[in-house]
Amino acid sequence: MQVPILKQGTYLIAVVQPDLSDRDLVALRDALVERVGTHRSTGVIIDVTALDVMDSFASLTLSNLASMIRLRGARTVIVGIQPEIAFTMARLGLMLTGVTTALDLEEGLAYLGRSDPRSS
Amino acid sequence: MRVETTVPVRTEADIVVARRKGREAATPLNFSSTDLALITTAISELARNIVRYAGSGEIQLRASVNGDRPGITVIARDQGPGIANVAHAMRDGFSTSGSLGLGLPGVRRLMDEMEVVSVVGEGTTITVTKWAR
Repeated sequence: MQVPILKQGTYLIAVVQPDLSDRDLVALRDALVERVGTHRSTGVIIDVTALDVMDSFASLTLSNLASMIRLRGARTVIVGIQPEIAFTMARLGLMLTGVTTALDLEEGLAYLGRSDPRSS
Repeated sequence: MRVETTVPVRTEADIVVARRKGREAATPLNFSSTDLALITTAISELARNIVRYAGSGEIQLRASVNGDRPGITVIARDQGPGIANVAHAMRDGFSTSGSLGLGLPGVRRLMDEMEVVSVVGEGTTITVTKWAR
């Protein structure tokens, strides 16, 4: 199941569905790293609201994704981590260190808007 | 009635099936949404360990009862290389650097009970249980 990537202005938005496989997540990472260049995007939002599991592989892949996007010159915000997912991640020590998170899509867009060098 | 489901685990797509079946099995047992997330995550880690280290195996899901307290037992079984030193593997930080998984201590933190039986050259059986509150 491919994750659709939407383009909104200079941002890319990926809305992750439940039942995401390791391969889907790696495909999403590679597609976003590529499209940040083709669309000259300044920000990427990954909406994980619907995700019911964030295990070690998913955390590591999202962490790497954010690092790769940063190296490409854009910013990443992970939005919508649900309370029970946050609880599980904290218990496992999966802290997504260095990755920006926001409550939901609205807050994620607000964050990117505030820190966008081209919008000021 | 004893509820039991077995999910064969060979590919990474089976990891997704195993955790979906786990959620289906645990949902009627009165677990909180947080416990469901912990159980599903544990199944995900156990299934991935099978794919990564053993190549193939299975995840078995069973409804358990302790007095009047319902629970779910997850049995991850493989005929892989086995774990040479289980006590060592259970210690936090055992997972060698570069390894992606949380290792067994991570799974232990998500569940209430855990038992590991492993024979080198024959395989590993990991049994974990979570009790509903």
